[in-house]
Amino acid sequence: MSSARYEYLLRLGDNALILSQRLGEWCGKGPALEEDMALTNNALDLLGQARLWLSLAAEEAGDGADEDTLAYLRDDREFRNVLLVEQPNGSYADTLARQFLFDAWSSLVLRRLLASSDPAIAAIAEKAVKEVSYHLRRSSDLVVRLGDGTALSHAMLQGAIDKVWPYHHELFIGDAIDAEMVASGIGFDPEHLKDEWLAYVREVLNEATLKVPAAGGWMPKGGKQGLHSEHLSKLLAEMQTLQRSHPGASW
Amino acid sequence: MKNQWPLWEVFIRSQHGLAHRHVGSLHAPDATMAVNNARDVYTRRNEGVSIWVVKSIDITASHPDDKAELFDPAQAKVYRHPTFFPMPEEVKGL
Amino acid sequence: MYAQMVDTGSPSSMDERETRFQQRIDDGIRVEPQDWMPERYRKTLIRQISQHAHSEIVGQLPEGNWITRAPSLKRKAILLAKVQDEAGHGLYLYSAAETLGITRDQMVDDLHTGRAKYSSIFNYPTLTWADVGAIGWLVDGAAIMNQIPLCRCSYGPYARAMIRVCKEEAFHMRQGYDLMLSLCKGTPAQKAMAQDALNRWWWPSLMMFGPPDGDSVHSAQSQAWKIKLFTNDELRQKMVDQTVPQAEYLGLTVPDADLKWNAERGHYDYGDIDWEEFYNVVKGNGPCNRERLEVRNKAWTDGEWFRDALVAHADKQAQRAIAQAA
Repeated sequence: MSSARYEYLLRLGDNALILSQRLGEWCGKGPALEEDMALTNNALDLLGQARLWLSLAAEEAGDGADEDTLAYLRDDREFRNVLLVEQPNGSYADTLARQFLFDAWSSLVLRRLLASSDPAIAAIAEKAVKEVSYHLRRSSDLVVRLGDGTALSHAMLQGAIDKVWPYHHELFIGDAIDAEMVASGIGFDPEHLKDEWLAYVREVLNEATLKVPAAGGWMPKGGKQGLHSEHLSKLLAEMQTLQRSHPGASW
Repeated sequence: MKNQWPLWEVFIRSQHGLAHRHVGSLHAPDATMAVNNARDVYTRRNEGVSIWVVKSIDITASHPDDKAELFDPAQAKVYRHPTFFPMPEEVKGL
Repeated sequence: MYAQMVDTGSPSSMDERETRFQQRIDDGIRVEPQDWMPERYRKTLIRQISQHAHSEIVGQLPEGNWITRAPSLKRKAILLAKVQDEAGHGLYLYSAAETLGITRDQMVDDLHTGRAKYSSIFNYPTLTWADVGAIGWLVDGAAIMNQIPLCRCSYGPYARAMIRVCKEEAFHMRQGYDLMLSLCKGTPAQKAMAQDALNRWWWPSLMMFGPPDGDSVHSAQSQAWKIKLFTNDELRQKMVDQTVPQAEYLGLTVPDADLKWNAERGHYDYGDIDWEEFYNVVKGNGPCNRERLEVRNKAWTDGEWFRDALVAHADKQAQRAIAQAA
């Protein structure tokens, strides 16, 4: 059950699921009607990706699991998402900064997975990469606009980038699962994405007249292995409430 | 109140190769964002493959009071329509 | 309905222009933004369309309350997309109202300061997951009943917006019913949840159509202008007739002891509606009035820096383009 491929699929699925859950919290409360709709599209895309990854993971597990048992009946220590995506929404600037760093990384991940030796994984990546390319275009564009916009928006964006920045380190740290995925040709070495990611992020932040935070400092990690921040169990408590209080019911 | 996003008119070309059609309006700070917003608002159900946007204030429209002199004269020109020329049924290809 | 008790202003005797205007409406000719129209018609429409738009926007909140707790990923996707559709409908409707010479920001301000109303129905809380189903089934069901005729209303941009809304909304009711169906086929606790939701949403849904025709002072003018095509009571009766068999199929009991089929009329008779409750909610004293407005106000205020910054950037870019060209 706990094959490396299964773990790998959970990581991909949980990232999309948890971020989508966070974005869903904004629905109906965005800063402008058009922006609200755009962000909800983003949430829907991620939710769709999560369902594909988790269904594939459930297939791999083969013990009667499905997307919903995986989403609703695992505890926080069993979730494999990176810490970045579980961070609370904060202000809209915080949400955008988190989204921008994630999109820039996710689009690189999916591009690598297009070449996966695993056809099912490559197929999901092919669908998802188009969606994420648009997300990245949108979040980059907004970062540039808001960085340049007013003194207030500049300060808010800079503050948001600084706050979320430490969570990017984890994205590029490989472990035994990654190594196994590299060996079987299914996955890639996350460290290899870092230069390209940093170059892109730097370029956008420069254009936005925002500073790239200094290297080093606090480097929180562990999400991929199931060691999360305090935020995740609360997020799950909310998300899973009905499934937990009505065991076995179907909806 | 001071910083309203201008209003844009949105035109979408559907999959079937027809001309761009007016589908509605939205607000956006500039043209690029108007296209993005149009994508997120007006193509959620696969409605299109191409988007045009134009600022609403840039549209010049004919005046309704001119309706009679602008459009009524065309009504008298039935010879512009194919049905004006009845063709013998037995002749093909016309 | 989504627009309730819309004030049509005080009638004055019709001048010649107004008589001609009414004649065109009677002849079924659509009114377009640039056409001459009586000031009362314009103002009434602004009130009606913006109220309708506000209802869509505020209407996102009760259902949005359950997005993070939807019990399956499929239901979560359906709900997210549905609440997003409502934002879209609000947007289409605001745009239609804007053709009448009011800006969206003015309308939003009217909503936030309490000058403009939205439908009474969205001031009720969504306490359980079944409420999401009940809203889709009953509230969207009631809304679509009113909106389909409005696709033929006299004002072109409103009618066109309604066509778009109806296209997207027709299946929201089905979604709601589908949700109720799965609850009613589920565990006893799920079924009880569905019954409880029907108990709480039934009467507010009937109130949605507005006061009885006898008390509906502005109806006649709105009907003459063809911006209201059926009376409140006609639509309410239609709603009851349509919904009762649907509830029976679900195995749920409509919470009305006086409800019975009247073979003579060919309609269901139903019990008295508590109009005091309705007027109270309209006045701002419903269970959630304050909360709903607070949430919308906060979203708007919190978003101000974002909206302003995007304008500032667009202005700077335009200046840069000019400087570069020079």
